[in-house]
Amino acid sequence: MSQPSTPNIIEIRGLGKTYANGFTALKPIDLDIRRGELFALLGPNGAGKSTLINIICGVVNGSTGNVLIDGFDHVMAFRETRRRVGLVPQELHTDAFETVQATASFSRGLFGLPANPAHIERVLRDLSLWDKRNERIMTLSGGMKRRVLIAKALAHEPAVLFLDEPTAGVDVELRHDMWQVVHRLRESGVTIILTTHYLEEAEQMADRVGVILKGELILVEDKRTLMKRLGQRQLILHLDQPIDAVPESLADLPFELGEHGRSLICTFGGSESDGQTLDIPTLMTRVHNAGLRYHDLNTRESSLEEIFVNLVRAQA
Amino acid sequence: MNWHAVAAIYRFEMSRWFRTLGQSIASPVLSTSLYFIVFGAAIGSRMVAIDGVAYGAFIIPGLLMLSILNESIGNASFGIYFPKWSGTVYEILSAPISWPEMLFGYVGAAATKSFLLALLILATARVFVPYHIEHPFWMLVFLVLTATSFCLFGFLIGIWADSWEKLQTIPMLVITPLTFLGGAFYSIDMLPSPWREFSLFNPVVYLISAMRWSFYGSSDVPVEASAAAIVGFLLACILTARWMILSGYRLKR
Repeated sequence: MSQPSTPNIIEIRGLGKTYANGFTALKPIDLDIRRGELFALLGPNGAGKSTLINIICGVVNGSTGNVLIDGFDHVMAFRETRRRVGLVPQELHTDAFETVQATASFSRGLFGLPANPAHIERVLRDLSLWDKRNERIMTLSGGMKRRVLIAKALAHEPAVLFLDEPTAGVDVELRHDMWQVVHRLRESGVTIILTTHYLEEAEQMADRVGVILKGELILVEDKRTLMKRLGQRQLILHLDQPIDAVPESLADLPFELGEHGRSLICTFGGSESDGQTLDIPTLMTRVHNAGLRYHDLNTRESSLEEIFVNLVRAQA
Repeated sequence: MNWHAVAAIYRFEMSRWFRTLGQSIASPVLSTSLYFIVFGAAIGSRMVAIDGVAYGAFIIPGLLMLSILNESIGNASFGIYFPKWSGTVYEILSAPISWPEMLFGYVGAAATKSFLLALLILATARVFVPYHIEHPFWMLVFLVLTATSFCLFGFLIGIWADSWEKLQTIPMLVITPLTFLGGAFYSIDMLPSPWREFSLFNPVVYLISAMRWSFYGSSDVPVEASAAAIVGFLLACILTARWMILSGYRLKR
């Protein structure tokens, strides 16, 4: 029976995990994943990202709460939910003695689909694995094994793909290839939930970002909104003559000296300034009126990585 | 039913078997052949007949059981333990597979291997010792039931074990002694009291007795009791496997 399409392909309510020894890996979490988005789940090691993903995928039993995938309960209607989900685990778990093509075909069968050599070929070609199709996995490099895991996860044409640190241990070239694959998947309508330690990747690709710390989901926000809200901007003026201190007439502005007085740095925006913005023309006029002359200027914005680090430090 | 998943697991397990033919087939056939050479052809000719059956032929059902039990447990336990050990079990757990489908795939493949191995051992035995099978249909039924139930038992051991040592513990320290003491090489009627009565608590006695009945029409215990014991054991294993898979016992963290 098909469920009506909803904006959210995954709805998580009160999902938590406490192990038998009393350790709480995941405090009750509420989270919606929108259909077709790329959601980046960020957090330091041991924060609970993999636990959350593994519960949704059925690899770990949750202690509390429930998950709906495309409207189906992930426990009561596990066949419906699992058919829709592909998982690329963090660890390189592969069948060492199997060939690349055989292991991808095996995965397709496991998920209840008849053999489709054309689809398997397409996936292997997309991941640059076609030339390796008859090689045993044990002979492949770590990066290629990672691709094999992605091929296995895509073998049954999932609507949702969980990528748990898919670029860990992968060289730059392979990483770029992988992200091209992710781009193509996203364009084809696949919802992607990603964890990664390369935050520039999340910054470039994610629609929304979730931050998980010590088993608690502390933030879920649109990436652009997040960067605007928590990110800081800097205007840097490179002065003709070094100065010893910020002029009195500019004391009400967030200026500080840099490069031993050779530059004047104005930092604004971010959570601490409560969304403060500056009137740049007025600011430049006041700098001019203060008698300061500059020969160059540049601006920069906080990266997602800086925002993430600040968040983690604030919660520590 | 997710028959594609059953077929995928079944094929995967069978291909593993064919990949290691030396270990999977040659080794058990060779060791059983040595038993036939030593106890059947060499010593057997000097032993008296038991229940009117030449000693060499008398030990065939017991040796068959010895091989089947060990191979069934070894194959099925490895089949599920290895994915647990290597981590690839994540894929099984995240796939839309129910507990009966898991059993059909893993236990079905292991039972097939045991059944084929049994036929090979019977063919090998024919080279060394002449024998006949009085109830061939029931022999096949008992063979299938025994192979299936002990493959299930092996599957349970594979889930339970959390180290390679534990994986070997029950086959080596429990099953092999029970088989040797279960009448593989003698009739328990030959034992003095109270060892004969003690032997009736050995479940392997019922397996060997049923197999011997299907070969020669005589048995240590009533064949109905043997059949009931095998079916009871099979059901107990199915129920335990169901609980283990549904609860995620030592499968899921």
